[in-house]
Amino acid sequence: MVDVTFQPNGVAAARTARKRGGLRNALRRKSTSAFLMTLPLIVLIAVLVIYPAFYSLHLATLNKSMSRFVGFGNFEFLFKRETFWLVVKQSCIFAISAVLFKALIGFIVAHFVHNVPANKQRKWRGMLLVPWVIPPAMSTLAWLWLFDPSYSAFNYTLSFFGIGPIPWTGDAVWARFSVILVNVWYGAPFFMIMYLAALKSVPEQLYEAAAIDGANWWQRIWYVTLPMMRNIIAITTLFSLIVTFANFDIVRILTAGGPLDHTHIFATWAFRVGIEGSDIPLGASVSLFMVPILAVAAVFILRDINKRGNEA
Amino acid sequence: MSTLAIDKSGPTRNVKYGSMSRDRTWALRWSYFFLTLFAIFSLVPPLYMLITSLKGSAEISAATNPWWIYHPTLENYVQLLTSNQFLRFFWNSAWVSIIVVTITMLISVPAAFALARMKFWGSATLATGVFLTYLIPDTLLFIPLFKMFATIGDWTGIQLINRWYVLLFIYPTLTVPFCTWIMIGYFASIPKELDEAAIIDGASWFQTLTRIFIPVALPGLIAATIFAFTVSWAQFLYPLVFTTSTDQLVLPVGIITTLIKGDVFNWGQIMTGALLGAAPPLIIYAFLMDYYIAGLTAGATKG
Repeated sequence: MVDVTFQPNGVAAARTARKRGGLRNALRRKSTSAFLMTLPLIVLIAVLVIYPAFYSLHLATLNKSMSRFVGFGNFEFLFKRETFWLVVKQSCIFAISAVLFKALIGFIVAHFVHNVPANKQRKWRGMLLVPWVIPPAMSTLAWLWLFDPSYSAFNYTLSFFGIGPIPWTGDAVWARFSVILVNVWYGAPFFMIMYLAALKSVPEQLYEAAAIDGANWWQRIWYVTLPMMRNIIAITTLFSLIVTFANFDIVRILTAGGPLDHTHIFATWAFRVGIEGSDIPLGASVSLFMVPILAVAAVFILRDINKRGNEA
Repeated sequence: MSTLAIDKSGPTRNVKYGSMSRDRTWALRWSYFFLTLFAIFSLVPPLYMLITSLKGSAEISAATNPWWIYHPTLENYVQLLTSNQFLRFFWNSAWVSIIVVTITMLISVPAAFALARMKFWGSATLATGVFLTYLIPDTLLFIPLFKMFATIGDWTGIQLINRWYVLLFIYPTLTVPFCTWIMIGYFASIPKELDEAAIIDGASWFQTLTRIFIPVALPGLIAATIFAFTVSWAQFLYPLVFTTSTDQLVLPVGIITTLIKGDVFNWGQIMTGALLGAAPPLIIYAFLMDYYIAGLTAGATKG
C-alpha cells in the first residue's frame, strides 16, 4: 500500500529534476518496498525453518526430560544401539535402491511415451502420472490392502501361477521389498515427466546426424540422449534422493517400521522415538542424521543450478 | 545428375524404406505393449480402491475373487458421507488447504516479484536461500516445531497443539519456498520492456505487479496454486504429530486413526475414505493437467 502512494511521486521526481538526490531517494524507496514485499517470506523462513533447524541441534544435547545438558550423550547412546545401525543401513538401502529404480523406470517409460505419436502422448502421460497425484498416505492404504496377509489380491492372483502366499509385509526381506516397491510406484512418474520434458528438448537434428553416422539405438542413447539430458538427470536424481531419504508416509502406513524394526528409516524411527516414545531429544538426534546426506545433495543441486544460470 | 540415376533405381530404395517403416511399426507396437504394462502397474492401486469401495463387508470377508464385484453396493459411501466425523475431517482438510493456499500466494507472489525484478542488496542470496529451504524436508523439522509450539503454549497459555489451525502456521513452510521459486522463474521470463513501459507510464511497483505481472504470469500462478493445494491436502506427518482429538484431524490422518480400530480393518470404508481423500487432487489434475505438469517441471527447468 505504501508504495502505491509514494511511487508515482518518486517517478515524477526522477523525471522532472534529474538530481542525484532525487534518484537516490527513488532507489532507496524501491529497495525499501522490495524489502517490505519479501519481509513475510524472510520471517516465515527464519522463524519456522531456520530457527527450528538450529533448535533441533540444541534439543539433541538435552536429556530425556529436557532439564539437563548432556552434550553428545544422545549420540553416544545411539551409537551403542543395534537398532540405530539397522536404521542407518535400511535408510541407505531404501533410498539408493528406490531412487535407482525410479530413475531407471522413469527413463524407460519416458522413451516409450516419446515414441508414440504426439497426439496420443497426452493420454498415456495422463494415466502414468496418476500415482504421483494421489496423496501418498491414501495410495499406501490401497497397497496395504493389496498386501493384506489373509486377503491379499496379489497372492490371490499369484496362486493361479502356483506361487505360494508371499508375506508382503510380514517377513523382513519382503517388507523391505514392498516398501521400496510402493516408493518406486509413487515416485517413478515424476522422473518420467521430467525426462519426457528433457527428451522433447533434444534437437531432432542430433539424432538425424547420429543416424547418418550409422549409430545404433544404444549409441544414440549413450552419445546423444544422455549427454543432452545430463543436467536434468542429475537434478532430478539428487532431488529425489533427498525426498526419498526423508520419506515418512509410505513406511509409516505400510509397515510402521515392523517387522521387528526391519523397515524403519530415519524419519519413522525419529517419530517412534521422539513423538510416540516422548523422548524428544533422542528423536531430534535421530532426525539430525539425515542432515549430512541432505547437505551433500543440496550442494550438488546448487552447483548445477548456478552453472545453468551462468549459461543462460 | 547422379540424383536422377538414384531415382531410377527406385525398387531398392523402396525396399529399404519398407524395412525402416516395418522397424518403426514394431518399435511402436513394443512401446504400446510396455506402456500398457506400466499403465496397469500405475492404475492397479487406485482401481482396487474403487473395486473394494463398491463391495459390502460380507463380500470382502467372504474372500471371493478380489478383482470382481459380485454385489455392487454404495453402502460404504452412504455410511461415510453421512458420518459427522468423516465430514468433519473433510471440512478440516478443505479449510486448511484453502487458507494455506491463500497465505502462500499472499507471501510468495510479492516476494517472487521483488526477488525477480527489484534487485536489492542480498536478493540473489535470498533467492538461493529460498530454494535451499525447499530442500529441507518436513521429517527434519517436525520434532523441533512440535517442541516450539508446545513451549509457546506453556509460556503464553495459547494452546496451539491439537488444534487444526496450528497447521496454518506450519504448512506454509512446505508450500511458500517452492511457490516463490517457480514464481521467480515465471516473473523473470517476462520481458523487461513490459514493466519498463508500465513504469514510464507512471505505474507504481504495486501496480506493475497487479496489472502486468500477475495477468501475464497467470499460468505460473495457477501451477503454484495447484502445487500448494495438493501439498497441503496430502500432508500426513505434521497433522499426525500436531493433532490428536478426532474433531481436529484432517482427512489422511483421520482415515488412518479412526477407521483402523485395533486389529479390525474395515477395508470397505477405508478404501472409500482413501478414494474420497484422493478425489480433490485427482479432479484438479484431470481438469488442469497441463498446469499441473508445468508446475512439476518448472522447479528444475526454470530459475
